[in-house]
Amino acid sequence: MTDELLVAAAVLPFAGALGAALLPRRARDAAAGLAGLSALVGLGCVLALIPAVASGRSAAVSFSWLPSLGLAVTLRIDGLAWLFSLLVLGIGALVALYARYYMAPGDSASRFFSLLLAFMGAMQGVVLAGDLIQLVVFWELTSLLSFLLVGYWSGKPQAREGARMALTVTAAGGLCLLAGMILIGRIVGSTDLATVLASGDRIRESPLYLPALVLVLAGALTKSAQVPFHFWLPRAMAAPTPVSAYLHSATLVKAGIFLMIRLYPVLAETDAWYILVGTAGVATMLFGAWCAVFQHDLKGLLAYSTISHLGLITLLLGLDSTLSVVAAIFHTVNHATFKASLFMAAGIIDHETGTRDLRRLSGLRRAMPVTATLAMVAAAAMAGVPLLNGFLSKEMFLAEAVAGTHDRALNAGLPLVAAVASALSVLYSLRFIRQTFFGPPALDLPRAPHEPPRWMRFPVEALVVACVAVGLAPGLIIGTALEIAVVAVFGERAPAYSLSLWHGFNLPLALSLAALVVGVGLYRLLGPRIDTNPRGGPWLLDRLDAARLFDRAMVGLERGARWLEDRLGAARLQDQLRILLLVALVLALTALLHGAGIAPATLRLPEAGLDPAFALLWLVGGASAVAAAAAAKYQRLAAIIFAGGAGLVSCITFAWLSAPDLAATQILIEVVTTVLLLLGLRWLPKRDRSIPIPASEKPRARRRRAADLALAVAFGACLAGLSYAVMARPAGEGIARFFVENVYSGGGGRNVVNVLLVDFRAFDTLGEITVLGIVGLTVLALLRRFRPAADSLDRPAPQRRLAAWERAQPDRNPGDSMADAMRVPATVMTWLFPVLVVLALHLFLRGHDLPGGGFAAGIALSIAFVLQYMAHGARWVDERLAIRPVTWIGCGLLVAAGVGAGSWLFGRPFLTTAFAYAEIPGLGKIPLASALLFDLGVVVLVVGATVLMLVALARQSLRRARAEAAGLPQREEA
Amino acid sequence: MEAVLAAGIGGLAAAGVWLILRPRSFQVAIGLTLLGYAVNLFVFAMGRLRVGAPPVLASPEANDPTLYADPLPQALVLTALVISFALTALFLVVLLAARGIAGSDHVDGREPDR
Repeated sequence: MTDELLVAAAVLPFAGALGAALLPRRARDAAAGLAGLSALVGLGCVLALIPAVASGRSAAVSFSWLPSLGLAVTLRIDGLAWLFSLLVLGIGALVALYARYYMAPGDSASRFFSLLLAFMGAMQGVVLAGDLIQLVVFWELTSLLSFLLVGYWSGKPQAREGARMALTVTAAGGLCLLAGMILIGRIVGSTDLATVLASGDRIRESPLYLPALVLVLAGALTKSAQVPFHFWLPRAMAAPTPVSAYLHSATLVKAGIFLMIRLYPVLAETDAWYILVGTAGVATMLFGAWCAVFQHDLKGLLAYSTISHLGLITLLLGLDSTLSVVAAIFHTVNHATFKASLFMAAGIIDHETGTRDLRRLSGLRRAMPVTATLAMVAAAAMAGVPLLNGFLSKEMFLAEAVAGTHDRALNAGLPLVAAVASALSVLYSLRFIRQTFFGPPALDLPRAPHEPPRWMRFPVEALVVACVAVGLAPGLIIGTALEIAVVAVFGERAPAYSLSLWHGFNLPLALSLAALVVGVGLYRLLGPRIDTNPRGGPWLLDRLDAARLFDRAMVGLERGARWLEDRLGAARLQDQLRILLLVALVLALTALLHGAGIAPATLRLPEAGLDPAFALLWLVGGASAVAAAAAAKYQRLAAIIFAGGAGLVSCITFAWLSAPDLAATQILIEVVTTVLLLLGLRWLPKRDRSIPIPASEKPRARRRRAADLALAVAFGACLAGLSYAVMARPAGEGIARFFVENVYSGGGGRNVVNVLLVDFRAFDTLGEITVLGIVGLTVLALLRRFRPAADSLDRPAPQRRLAAWERAQPDRNPGDSMADAMRVPATVMTWLFPVLVVLALHLFLRGHDLPGGGFAAGIALSIAFVLQYMAHGARWVDERLAIRPVTWIGCGLLVAAGVGAGSWLFGRPFLTTAFAYAEIPGLGKIPLASALLFDLGVVVLVVGATVLMLVALARQSLRRARAEAAGLPQREEA
Repeated sequence: MEAVLAAGIGGLAAAGVWLILRPRSFQVAIGLTLLGYAVNLFVFAMGRLRVGAPPVLASPEANDPTLYADPLPQALVLTALVISFALTALFLVVLLAARGIAGSDHVDGREPDR
């Protein structure tokens, strides 16, 4: 049962995401309902897992992923994962409800909620990962989905900018993390989380410890927006507020914290950890709090406050005492609850008033008393006011700050730092509340403020109730959960701690109260001056804008890339190809000279003597190739014919050298290729020989041609030498033996090549025909928008001459001559149709045992169709035959894939084939293999793709006629 | 036989390379076709040359691999033939569309600056 619950908790959000993606765009209720339901059911599953994680236990379920690399998909849950999972799903459900009311009816609800659910799934993946590499995969998935969510309103430039920055920073961190995880895997010898967690000493003693630590921290600190990587978080505030409430308070930014706690037992408690994590934490906490004070935007204030609180948690983790880790976990949960509710409240204010500017808002407590009360309580929790959850964890922090002073010299200043940060957080919380809700009612708001809909406020209420409940009775509400998580991290080393409200009069309490007083005092003193702060940025630090530095770095990077491209890039295709060929040539020659070489001693004398006819054949072949190369510039028709000649020679070579299947396919392909090129020629006018080349250009052109000729000859010579070197050696033992020996017993056919294609290597063939289908569709799509070049719009010159001649003759109508000339060929072609269909059927049916097969049959059949077009024109054929090539492509692919999937029904892997021989009276023994059905799919797809390409191209000639007939300008259709 | 075929492959490849280095896209299309022949024959030749031994079992029992030409390169080349047709078609259509849009049949989509 545990396994099922665990899998459900991990998979439900993704299933929900898929479901939401399939909903109609505007189905807000359904999508939000689905999101909430997935989260709640997942939450139920996680809650039901308590017995599996209590008192330091853990549960795992594993699926094989890449067994050859020792990688498995492992879902593992222990107390820590359980607690974070509760946060992810619980706040996720509330955010879904909130977003239902926040998103405008015009926004695409299906996209929003499916992204939100997918993000929830990715977070669950991070939290429940039982393997380090798997954790990184989901980690990067959260970055990717956060990019899509932050940029949800993709029409806004700030949203796009913010999304791009968040992705660049966090995904770059993710790459570092991957490297760090691989290093850890190297040290431990396994990436399995349970194994890694048990090898703490080995990791800390390894010489690779420091690089691994730095890389892992690079991932964690970027994700958790620590200085100096914090700048993406304020920019990400362009996201819809539910996204900020979810990603930027409770989940995404906590992933970094989660990772540090997760790996705390193996990476922490060293000087390096203390310095790196502690410094980042202190810097972030102070910097974030200072900047938060100066924000005028509600969400900006919350973003910097989040940075500051994340810094606090990081600092706690850096302090290297088990108690401070307890405080970190506790504060993570508390921060998630009050910050999510504050973001939601800010969203409500924005939603109902139309602005988030603290300088414009005022006196909202009269218009929205309930929201005001909720926000005040949550902000008080953020400020650390007693009786609220924020107070408790801040007390723990202050206690740790005070207690830690004795251990390390650097800790001496900690109490002061902690008190300053606390005072600043009081200051910005107060500023938020005071300026939004108190004072005279604002008169110039874009909208008249009022309370939000009942259920939009509910998530805020729920979270605020949680803040208060935890603040009043911490042991009762969160004690067990915290205990489970702490024991999971430390096992037997788990420290004793007290979650009570009152610890007596002591130094932390005094610091706490002092911070409150100083914060209030500072606000009275500075409040008005902050509002009128001319530059908007924080005092002292306004020149230190990391986001601007980042932007400048990106611009510099782009410039550098362009500079490199200018220096090294070859924008021109010819130059690129020259470089490619040259490099290939040099590499091949180097390998040849330094490698095994073509030592003459290893050559054997060819067995088969030279047949003069074969030599003559290749004399023709070579001449055709050279002639094609020479004619391609000015005589394009001749070039096509010569190229066809070379093709025929290679076809005969195949037939000669025991490859009948290849010969059959090649000759059929030759036909369609030639038709295709001829059709293309219609739109490629003759190149004018008379274009003069400037005299100054002639020597350069001559040099270039000479160099190209040298390159071509060298390339040809190399390939010839290489082929001879291989052919003159005896073949090694390849894998051919397996195919030949098993072709009949395993594939039920005698034609090895065909059985290879449709049985042994059917998966390759499936891929190949998919490519063919895609190419067909691409051709269609390209031709649909085809605009012929202006100079080929007119009818070709021979047709024009013929038409002029026909007009001059009194007894001829236009088109007569063409019809006369085509009469005999057209009749022959019409009557060839049934013959070719029978030929195709013959090739198809015999393919399994004799040369033939699906590809050859398909092309033969398409030739039958294309001949009809050539004989009678597209209109004539369209009236008589309903050919739907796109449908053929789809059906072919469906049949082939369906046959493959069919083997699942029998519990076999994809594309397993079965065969039998059936005795049919009159016809004899007929082979019945499921591979034959697969081959049928190949035939259907090949016909569809080939006919589609040729006919789509041929139809272009109708354009002009159609446009003339309609008397309209050219229309864009194929 | 081997030497002749090797020379033939070399000739086809040389003609193909010469053409794909030309500036006009039609020349490149023909060049790709010729290069395709050369490569197909090259791959085919890797299975060594046999005369009169097509890899079609004379009878179900006669499954000694030494009796037949190597079927594997043949199967590879068979699909390559079909794919190279698709490649030619795609290239041709792209070049037609590019010529319609750019007004030039130069491979770079514009006439070179003199």
